[in-house]
Amino acid sequence: MSEYSIELHDVKKSFDGGKDFVLKGIDLKIHRGSLTAIIGFSGTGKSVLLKHMLGLYRPTSGDVHVLGSDLSQMDDNELTQFRCKYGVLFQSAALFDDMTVLENVMFPLDEHRRQLSLEAKIQIAHKKLNMVGLEEKHYGKLPSQISGGMQKRTGLARALALDPEILIYDEPTTGLDPILTEMVDNLIVETHKLSGGATSVMVSHDLAAAFRIADFIVMLDAGKVLLSGTADDFFKSEIELVKRFVNKGMKHQ
Amino acid sequence: MNFLNSVIEKSRKSISSIGEIVMFGYQSMALTFATPYRYTEIMRHMEFVGNQSVGIITLTSIFTGLALSFQVYLGFKLVNAVNLVGPTVALGITRELGPVLTGLIVSARAGGAMAARLGTMRVNEQMDALDVMGVNTKQYLIAPRIVAAALCMPLLTALFDFMAMFGSWILCTKIVGLDQAVFFEKIRQTVEVHHINEGLFKSFVFGIMFAVICTYHGFNTTGGAKGVGEATNKGVVTSMVGIIIVDYFLMNIIRILYVTMGIVK
Repeated sequence: MSEYSIELHDVKKSFDGGKDFVLKGIDLKIHRGSLTAIIGFSGTGKSVLLKHMLGLYRPTSGDVHVLGSDLSQMDDNELTQFRCKYGVLFQSAALFDDMTVLENVMFPLDEHRRQLSLEAKIQIAHKKLNMVGLEEKHYGKLPSQISGGMQKRTGLARALALDPEILIYDEPTTGLDPILTEMVDNLIVETHKLSGGATSVMVSHDLAAAFRIADFIVMLDAGKVLLSGTADDFFKSEIELVKRFVNKGMKHQ
Repeated sequence: MNFLNSVIEKSRKSISSIGEIVMFGYQSMALTFATPYRYTEIMRHMEFVGNQSVGIITLTSIFTGLALSFQVYLGFKLVNAVNLVGPTVALGITRELGPVLTGLIVSARAGGAMAARLGTMRVNEQMDALDVMGVNTKQYLIAPRIVAAALCMPLLTALFDFMAMFGSWILCTKIVGLDQAVFFEKIRQTVEVHHINEGLFKSFVFGIMFAVICTYHGFNTTGGAKGVGEATNKGVVTSMVGIIIVDYFLMNIIRILYVTMGIVK
C-alpha cells in the first residue's frame, strides 16, 4: 500500500483548448491518514485542483492517482462508483432541502448500502449525527429550520455516512462568524481523529486555521504549488509571497 | 452583411443547442432502464406533474369548452348548422386544443418548477453533492421527471378532453338550448377512436419535450439566483414555442401515418 492517498503528477488544466492554463503542472502527494490544507489567494486554482482529486474534472495532461487508482483512466460509471470512497463537506453544506436532517444523512446509505435494513440505516445515521454533536431533537427538521452551524454538522455527518477513506472539506468556514469558524475547525480535527485513518483534505482561505489544525499545508500560486510542507516550513520560508501570506493571515487572526 | 452574419450565427447556435437538448434527453431517458431503478422518484414526480395539475386542467378545460362552443355556435347559427357544434368542438378539442393547451399549461406549471428546482440545486452545490456521493445526477434527477411527464400528459389530456366536452355540453344544452340527444348522437357519429389517439399521442410527445427542455435548462444553470430565473424563463418559453411548432409537424406526420395505414382516406 502506497504511503500516499492522493498523487498528482504534472497535472495541467485548460478550459479553452490550451490557450490559458488554470493548473500549470501540479505535482503533489498527500500522505495517507494526514490532514492536509490547501491554501492560496483567490483564483489560484484551489477549487479546480480539488475537483481533479474528486474526478469531477479530467486533467488536460498529467494524471491523478487516488488510493492507487488512476482517475484519468476511469470512465464515468467507474468514477461514479469510485466516488463512494469520498466524503465531502461543501462550503454551503449542500443539504437536500426537501429532506430532513436524518434523511440527508441516510441518503448515501439508501444509494450505496441497499442491502441494509431501514433500522440499520437509521442506526448508522444516528451514530454519525451523534458523532458530529447534533442533538436528536433536530433529526426531523428540514435544513431550512436549523442554524448554519447545524447544517455544517449535518453535512459532515452525511459525508461520514459511508465511512469514507478520503474526507474533503471545500472552504468549510468561508462566510462563518469567528465562533462558528472555531466550532467547524474543532469539528474537523475531531472528525479526523475519529475517522479511523481517513485522509482529510481541506481547501481554505483561513490561514490561521490551516496552521492550527493541518498536518501538512500546500500553498498554490498561479496554478502551481508554491510550497508544500508543515506549518514550520511555512514560518521558516524565505519565499516572499509565502512570507506575505503568512504575515497577513496571522495578523487577521 | 452584418445582419446576415448575425442571422447565420444565431441559426447555427440554435441548431447546436437543439442538438444538445436532444442528446441530453436521449442520455437521460436511456438511464431510465439502468439500475438502480427509480420507481419511487417517478411516482413522486408523477404526483407533482399529474395530481397537482388536475385542478388547473379541470378549470381551464371547462371554460375552454364553454368559450369554444359558444364561438362555434355563433358561427354555425349563421348557416343553420348548430347541430354540428358538438362534433366540431369535440374534434377540435381531442385533436388540437386538448393536447396543445394541456401541454402549454403543464409546461408552464410543472416545467417551470422543474427548471427552477434543478437550477437551485445546481447553484446550491446540491448537484455537486450528488456527484461526489456517487449518484448519477441524470439518472436520479432528470430521467424520473421525463418519464413522469410523458406518462402524465396523456392522462391530463384525456381529463382536459372530457372536461372541455362537459363545458361544451353545458353551453349547448343548458345555455343555448340545443337538443341533448342530437348533441351526443352527432359526436358519436363523427368522433372516432383514432381522433382521440392522435391527441393522446401528441400529448405524450409534448410531455417528453417540455420535461427535456426544462430539465436541460435547469441542469445547466450558471450564475446564482439570476441564472435560476433565466433558466426557468428559457425552459418555459422554449417549451411553449416548441409545443406549438412541433404540433403542426406532428399533425402532418400523424395524418400521413393514418393514410398509409388506411385508417383515414
